[in-house]
Amino acid sequence: MQIEVRNLSKKFGRVSAVDHVNFEIEQGKLIGLLGPSGGGKTTILRMLAGLEKPDAGEILFQGNKVNHLPPQERGIGFVFQNYALFKHMSVFDNIAFGLTVQRKSKSEIRDRVHEMIELIGLQGLENRAPHQLSGGQRQRVAFARALAPSPQLLLLDEPFAAIDAKVRKELRTWLREMISRVGITSIFVTHDQEEAVEVADEIMIINQGRLEQKGTPWQVYKEPLTPFVAGFLGESNLLHNPAHIVGFESAPRPHSEKARVLIRPEAIEVGREHEISNLSAAALGIVRSVQFRGSVWQVEVEVGEHRLLAHRTLEKETLLPGEQVAVLIHSLHLFHDEQSLFLENELKRANTRAI
Amino acid sequence: MIQNKRWLRRSVQSTVLVYFLLLILVPILGIYVQGLSGGWAHFAESILQPIAWDSVLLTIKLAVIATLINTALGTMLAWALVRYRFPGRRLLNSLVDLPFALPTAVGGLMILLLLGPQSWLGSWLAGHNIEIVYQQPAIVLAMIFVTFPFVIRTIQPLLEELDPSEEEASYTLGATRSGTFWRVIFPAMRPGVIGGAMLAFSRALAEFGAVVLVAGNIPGKTLTASVQIYGNVESSNPSGAAAVSVLLLTLSFLVLWSVNLLTERKDAR
Amino acid sequence: MKKLNITVTYLVFLLLLIIPLGQVLSSAFSTGFSGFWSALTDPQALHAFLISGILVGAVTALNTLFGVLLAMLLVRETGISRRIRQFLNAVVDLPFAVSPIIGGLMILLLLGPHTALGAFLEDHGVKIVFALPGMILATLFVTFPLMVREVMPVLQEIGTDQEEAAYTLGAGSWRTFWRVTWPSIRWGVLYGVVLTVARALGEFGAVLVVSGNIINKTQSATTLVYQQVENFNFVAANSLAFVLAGFSIVVLMTLEWAKRRKEV
Repeated sequence: MQIEVRNLSKKFGRVSAVDHVNFEIEQGKLIGLLGPSGGGKTTILRMLAGLEKPDAGEILFQGNKVNHLPPQERGIGFVFQNYALFKHMSVFDNIAFGLTVQRKSKSEIRDRVHEMIELIGLQGLENRAPHQLSGGQRQRVAFARALAPSPQLLLLDEPFAAIDAKVRKELRTWLREMISRVGITSIFVTHDQEEAVEVADEIMIINQGRLEQKGTPWQVYKEPLTPFVAGFLGESNLLHNPAHIVGFESAPRPHSEKARVLIRPEAIEVGREHEISNLSAAALGIVRSVQFRGSVWQVEVEVGEHRLLAHRTLEKETLLPGEQVAVLIHSLHLFHDEQSLFLENELKRANTRAI
Repeated sequence: MIQNKRWLRRSVQSTVLVYFLLLILVPILGIYVQGLSGGWAHFAESILQPIAWDSVLLTIKLAVIATLINTALGTMLAWALVRYRFPGRRLLNSLVDLPFALPTAVGGLMILLLLGPQSWLGSWLAGHNIEIVYQQPAIVLAMIFVTFPFVIRTIQPLLEELDPSEEEASYTLGATRSGTFWRVIFPAMRPGVIGGAMLAFSRALAEFGAVVLVAGNIPGKTLTASVQIYGNVESSNPSGAAAVSVLLLTLSFLVLWSVNLLTERKDAR
Repeated sequence: MKKLNITVTYLVFLLLLIIPLGQVLSSAFSTGFSGFWSALTDPQALHAFLISGILVGAVTALNTLFGVLLAMLLVRETGISRRIRQFLNAVVDLPFAVSPIIGGLMILLLLGPHTALGAFLEDHGVKIVFALPGMILATLFVTFPLMVREVMPVLQEIGTDQEEAAYTLGAGSWRTFWRVTWPSIRWGVLYGVVLTVARALGEFGAVLVVSGNIINKTQSATTLVYQQVENFNFVAANSLAFVLAGFSIVVLMTLEWAKRRKEV
């Protein structure tokens, strides 16, 4: 289902939960709503489902306004954060619930439920009660229950939040596969950036009720539009003052207090002088600490007035705290006046040209 | 279709609200209107009649005594029922609610029989020339009987919820048993003790069925407010009854209101 | 300390509950089983039981219906402002603080034969005070909080998730209530029903004032106990009390059972 949202707003008391949000979602896409807790993601999802009434704005499904429709008539499936399985019904009855509402025949219901149970791989557990299932199994049943009546849009509220870390990874891959197999337009809410990046076709970053950015995970990571997005997705060094960064001397010098400079750790090359790819574009710094981070070394280095976190590949020699090193900053993001600039190290560019 | 359903829903809701307000609020307001209809002077006059005023004072006095005894006993019993394991504990625990389940008139009859000449207690008391039936102690006993479950039932859950590690922490920090009781356990029980005592007090003030059977109904000595109101009703003097009712009601509402305040504060914390 | 406490516990129970119950029993059978039986099958007693039965039936049905509906309204209806809900919530408890005798008096004052409304109704052949409708009203007043206070916490505890899930699966509010909400609250409702039955059967003060205690007309089982005691007719009083107490014990056992089911 194709979805369009225009100027959607919702207040709870005086708190603005959702603030003039606009977006459009193409048919068949899997969208992740990502943002910190309490940012309004779940409220957006609930308004799409009809569980919450917007104060203003329009929601359109396939070009038709659905604001006035109750949840029963929107053709959606909803997976709740704590699954909300009907606790006095068996797995079978839970999945069959939406079908009995549609007054399907008994045999039709049975066939569809068995099809769903097969899809989620829980054959043989039809007669279990929800409290007899593990967290991951409940999650699957909730998913099957939402999909059984063949909705046009699947909405999932923090679908993995209540599952322990180990099973969560497994379920993510599973869910992604299931959704692409069924081919249904889906939107899920999460506060976990890793989850969003791994599962979604596109992510929307929501903060304080506003949509900060929408795009593929790579786009959003690569070209963050706001300092918030840059800081929220991936690791980064956030500086208030862009002055005195070697290689960016001719960058604009914003005077606004709100201006921010953001440098990704992987955009910083640290090393002994002979290791650096372009020494003339580098500054000198002192190593403050070195930490093993699984796949890289994380090096904290002091350059002038700044302290930066940088990544260094494992095959290179270990640096020692207190050692003097060369620091080459390849690129940075500069945010000011509602604008975002992506800047490359100009000395490096100059040198390359010279060669 | 949807319009139709919404209309149905609204009308059911309004019916419920109207039923609720008519049944509960209107009669209570009615009592106040009737009690105060003759003006303040008349109201004061009806209340300050010795027979009315004395009955209210007597009720308060006896209810306070019953509440104090009940609070002490109830705290002990709740402690025994939660903390100790002894034969018959579960049976006794279910019996706690019996005074709630019994008709109050049956409760009054039970007290009457307990103290009456037929029972060993009654005959023993009579043998020592102690007269209790139809006297103030009997009324107190009846009040204790009907309010018996309140204190126990409000303390029990608090004692059960109390985290044993809190107590253990106190011991590891060097506190003695009694020090631990007064500084760790009792503060946790206190809201239950106070709340239960207030509920018991308001119920004791209001009690009629059990009291009317064991009270001698001598004005100033064994005539409680609720029995006095009943007497007024019987002698077709409902407006006299209304004045005392206003006084008794206001008192009960104040008690109930402070219980609510107390529990609200507990919840907020 | 522990021994002393347990001994006191046993003593209190013995003195306050067990011995008096035993005495009710022995007094009821003091003239043998025949005395007990004839006291119960006396036409006056049978009529009193009938009145109590009607009273209990009508009050329980009305109180259950309106109690559940009001609980739903107070917990689920977000359309009503918080202030108003808080006020209504406080009003629910008022009958707890009202002496039953005053509860009866209120109805007398509002609908009695000397009031405008009472006279009007009487002229149209509707008798409320000194008749069953008044007794039902008085008992409804007294029992009102019991159902609401049992159902409200259960509704709060189960939350709205399951109901919302049913809505998103296409179920309307009627189906959602019966298939999703009701199975969760039914043990709470049963608990409330049992409490209401016990209180309605046992209610004395309010009923005494409103009914006028007219033999073979408005006399209920509890007011009959009172009258027999006043007449020093102890065998009859105790026989009735014994039956009522037996009923209370059944009520208690049902409550214990329902409580355990409620927790599951």
